[in-house]
Amino acid sequence: MNSLKTMTHPKANTVRRLRHGSHLPVGAPLRRNRRRLQLTRWIGLGVFGFWILVALFGPLLAPHPMGAFVSDQIFGGMSAAYPLGTDYMGRDMLSRILTGARYTVGLALVAACLASLIGAGFGMLSVLLPRWLEEGVRRVFDTLISIPSKMMALVMVSAFGASIPLLITATVLSYAPGAFRIAHSLATNLATMEYVQVAHTRGEGRLYIAAREIFPNMIQSVLTDMGMRFVFIVLLLSGMSFLGLGVQPPAADLGSLVRENISGLSQGAVAVIAPALAIGTLTIGANLLIDSLSTSRATQKE
Amino acid sequence: MRNTLFGLVAGRLGASLLTLFLVSLVIFAITSLLPGDTAQQILGQFATPEQVAALREQLGLNQPAILRYWHWLSGFVTGDLGQSASNGMAVAQLINDRLPNSLILAGITTIVSVPIAITMGVVAAMGRGGLIDRLLNLVTLSMVAVPEFLVATLAVLIFAVKLNWLPALSYVSTVDSLGDAMKIYAMPVLTLCCVLIAQMARMTRAALIDQLDSPYVEMAQLKGVPPIRRVMRHALPNAVGPIANAVALSLSYLLGGVIIVETIFNYPGIASLMVDAVSNRDLSLVQACAMLFCGTYLVLVMLADICAILSNPRLRNR
Repeated sequence: MNSLKTMTHPKANTVRRLRHGSHLPVGAPLRRNRRRLQLTRWIGLGVFGFWILVALFGPLLAPHPMGAFVSDQIFGGMSAAYPLGTDYMGRDMLSRILTGARYTVGLALVAACLASLIGAGFGMLSVLLPRWLEEGVRRVFDTLISIPSKMMALVMVSAFGASIPLLITATVLSYAPGAFRIAHSLATNLATMEYVQVAHTRGEGRLYIAAREIFPNMIQSVLTDMGMRFVFIVLLLSGMSFLGLGVQPPAADLGSLVRENISGLSQGAVAVIAPALAIGTLTIGANLLIDSLSTSRATQKE
Repeated sequence: MRNTLFGLVAGRLGASLLTLFLVSLVIFAITSLLPGDTAQQILGQFATPEQVAALREQLGLNQPAILRYWHWLSGFVTGDLGQSASNGMAVAQLINDRLPNSLILAGITTIVSVPIAITMGVVAAMGRGGLIDRLLNLVTLSMVAVPEFLVATLAVLIFAVKLNWLPALSYVSTVDSLGDAMKIYAMPVLTLCCVLIAQMARMTRAALIDQLDSPYVEMAQLKGVPPIRRVMRHALPNAVGPIANAVALSLSYLLGGVIIVETIFNYPGIASLMVDAVSNRDLSLVQACAMLFCGTYLVLVMLADICAILSNPRLRNR
């Protein structure tokens, strides 16, 4: 699925591009004009940066405590006192979103970092391991990748109950294999490069080759891949919370906020639209940013 | 030739079966790691030790794990999936009741989304770098990252609350006419299509551009073949394999998407059955549903692989 393809570009330069499987957005256009590229990047950066700041400082800025019942009106509309209305129990929606964003962004960041660290670590390592061990590691990750991420999360929650460590474990289990595949194919491809063979011939040890020759050349792709994983993990975790199987009350991430206010949908309550939009802008922003970064790297090399 | 091709396909089938077996091991291991807890969870905190022991006996939790796995797996092969712990019905019966609904939903979504997605992908690839391509790129790039419940809530808000065209909830039992059916399926299908179309269109575009970049298309261009013909007669037939591959891979997204969509629209399908089972800790039902979903996923991935192999002879000697 996520195999790597090296193609020779007409301009005599080798552009390495990831062929994207089901989990990655596909083929960014190479010929895009510069200003346009900058624009999506700035939009992505602005929106994503905004949410990072909210996750960092949001709870400090919240006008009310997250659980405080501040209004008699449930599903109140936008007003000066409650800019995003009130929820199904008369709590201030703005405060709840500012606090909930920390869960959404924080959990997904931790899970994405862990998944990439484990995946990329094993991916690099397996090039160094003996053949039979590499095959074993691959088999394990191949099995895990065959379980759709939502299934993995649902099965684990049904067995162990929803808790934050469990959600992170389930997420890492379903997203590390993808990271492993990409890192592994990058590493195997790099291992056949001439400069790596030169290093072999020079008599360098395997560890030196992995750390000094292979790793620096794959770090960028691994980071881009981690960004993609972050987006999908946000979607997975907020989906689980939306089903009531993710972050449990009294804590609430953005997905739980959508769930608990879903009964206000028939009245068109802000309380259900606002957190849903919040997740949408976060993931779209992150996706645009990552796409523009990976595209510009492709164009730089031309 | 035919022999080797048959061998390849059979090989893929065997590999998929092996993976399914390993997946069943993983699912069983996860759901049976805490055998004592299962009985406790079902009965709640206030159960007496005798009740817990009796239920453990009834569920066969006292047997060693390997034996339970064997019973479970052989039950799977013979169609005996055990009993649901929450309402005592046979799991096979529960699944049997719900499965057709999910298949209909997935079928309609596929029929609607595939032609639209392929058209979008082809149009984008033909006008590469142009305004339409950039616009489609921006739209699809945003759509792949949109959570299903945002699309669903916005759709309900617009079509059911503001315009009052459609009912907010799906009830399959009340279908009398084609119009009714369309009303019921409109929003779930729309929600599923959004992400699916975006993903498929991007993959189709990438597959076609791969072909358009190849020397034989350049040759056609130098010969003076007009662009439409170049795409339709030269590039597209060669991109059919990769596009079929992309379609099959994207369809596997449906498996995750239906879980949210069936829940939000109260659609009585297999995914909402599974979500309820997870909430109730109804493990035998969860196991069966998970196996069903993973099996379907593997079938789609296998089809994608086979499409890729059939279309690209170079992959045949791997």
